[in-house]
Amino acid sequence: MPDPAVQVLDVTKTFGNRKILDAIRLDVFQGETLVILGGSGSGKSTLLRLMIGNLRPDGGDIIAHGKNLCRMTQRERDDYRKTIGVLFQSGALFNSMTIADNVALPLREHTDLAEETIAIMVKIKLELVGLREHANKMPAQLSGGMKKRAGLARAIALDPKILFYDEPSAGLDPVTTAEIDQLISDLNHKLGVTTVVVTHDMGSAFRIADRMVLLDRGKFVISGTPELLRNSQDPLVKQFVHGLTVGPLTDRQRTGAYEVDLLGGEL
Amino acid sequence: MPRMKVDDSAMVSILFSPVIALGQAAISTVEFIGGVGYLMRDTIFSVRDALFGKRGRRLGWKNLWTQMSRVGVHSVPIVCLVIFCIGAILALQMAPILRDYGALPQLADIIAIAVFRELGPLVAAIVLTGFAGASIAAELGTMVVSEEIEALEAEAISPIRFLVVPRVLATTVMMVCLAVISDLMGAAGGMATSRIFVGVGIPQYFQHTFSAIKLQDFLTGLIKAGVFGAIISSFACFLGLGVTGGAEGVGSATTRTVVLTIVALIIVDLIFTAVFYHLGW
Repeated sequence: MPDPAVQVLDVTKTFGNRKILDAIRLDVFQGETLVILGGSGSGKSTLLRLMIGNLRPDGGDIIAHGKNLCRMTQRERDDYRKTIGVLFQSGALFNSMTIADNVALPLREHTDLAEETIAIMVKIKLELVGLREHANKMPAQLSGGMKKRAGLARAIALDPKILFYDEPSAGLDPVTTAEIDQLISDLNHKLGVTTVVVTHDMGSAFRIADRMVLLDRGKFVISGTPELLRNSQDPLVKQFVHGLTVGPLTDRQRTGAYEVDLLGGEL
Repeated sequence: MPRMKVDDSAMVSILFSPVIALGQAAISTVEFIGGVGYLMRDTIFSVRDALFGKRGRRLGWKNLWTQMSRVGVHSVPIVCLVIFCIGAILALQMAPILRDYGALPQLADIIAIAVFRELGPLVAAIVLTGFAGASIAAELGTMVVSEEIEALEAEAISPIRFLVVPRVLATTVMMVCLAVISDLMGAAGGMATSRIFVGVGIPQYFQHTFSAIKLQDFLTGLIKAGVFGAIISSFACFLGLGVTGGAEGVGSATTRTVVLTIVALIIVDLIFTAVFYHLGW
């Protein structure tokens, strides 16, 4: 096994009275593509935000590149963030700038490179995601899939060691989803980037994953290869992976004591 | 008896609800002021780092310039129009009384003092609140909703340095400039009305204005203007960055920015006026 790039150790996160993550343990190994699966509200996006340092855990530690993310100073955290790239669900492009300026921003902010060099690097990154001809457009002029690709070009601007993707296929048609999946795989294989993808799209998950974990109510239910998940006989895993309408996930929603609710709380 | 208990607790809640409401209002006010205070502190540190940091001066002049033109230049015509009208209104309101006392030329003195010390900066600040404050809050709020702020943080770019600093600096600087323009336009409004409708000649009006205004009248107005600019922008940035809950959140942050800023402007103006009064400025 290669060394872990990110280690999540017994991390707990609570919002108000709701425990989102409950003593989670997870290793992300260098060079792998790890897919974190889970339904809406299962805590998978929260886990991603913890791993990129945008949220702090209430308990537990996150070790990234051998350093504890929870005890880092602002400067150390920023140094860590320069080694990662994040593609947000909406692409999160800066709407006031052109696509080229979006990609150039991390380079302008964190390097002392000359403008000419930056221009060349921007072209290379945009070519990687197939958007070189659209460099001078504003984000509002792009389609959903193009915005995500542009967001990806910005995420890889500083040649990150780890790439995080938050729901890369959300809101995209099947063909565009497949294109994005291809890009994720290519970047992982060609650049050797450790990849962490948060998604609930099983088709896309099976296409890209080396390893998968399924998160449910703040805990991991299963962790293993795509084959293991596909053939799992656990009712919950089976329901999620195959998208069944009957199973523990849907039963849970129906145990809300309908009769009690109907009769105004008295039975 | 269980039923009694229910009535008791209802009575207690009726009795205490104003106290609780007052307490909650006090807590949220303190939290708000504290939040704005922290934001201002971080902003000042960021400006210091940008000016004297390891990597040399990196204030982002282009960004600052964009904000200055957006905040300041575009609001000049509206400030001019509003304060010109207010100068004219003052002249028309004061003229009959002063005529009764036979002190019509003193019209210029009254308008000059009112505009330079008070109305010039205040009116410019209120226009700027609607103009720049609302647009800054809406802009930053939209950026929160579209994950742009999170993306900035993930790129290790401080939203304070990148977004708040240029807006606060631009608004503060432009507020001072606007106050100067506003002062002059207010006086011009008074002068034009006095000449056309009241019958005070322009040379006479000029003479009275200059004899009435001392340098400190002008400067106290500008000090206030600078503070007003900082208040407008820091409130807008704080409320904009604090947006939760989509488009509705952006709308309510914009409204709150305008309302809270205007209240704060008036209160701070009162404090300044009281302090200047005691200092004899």
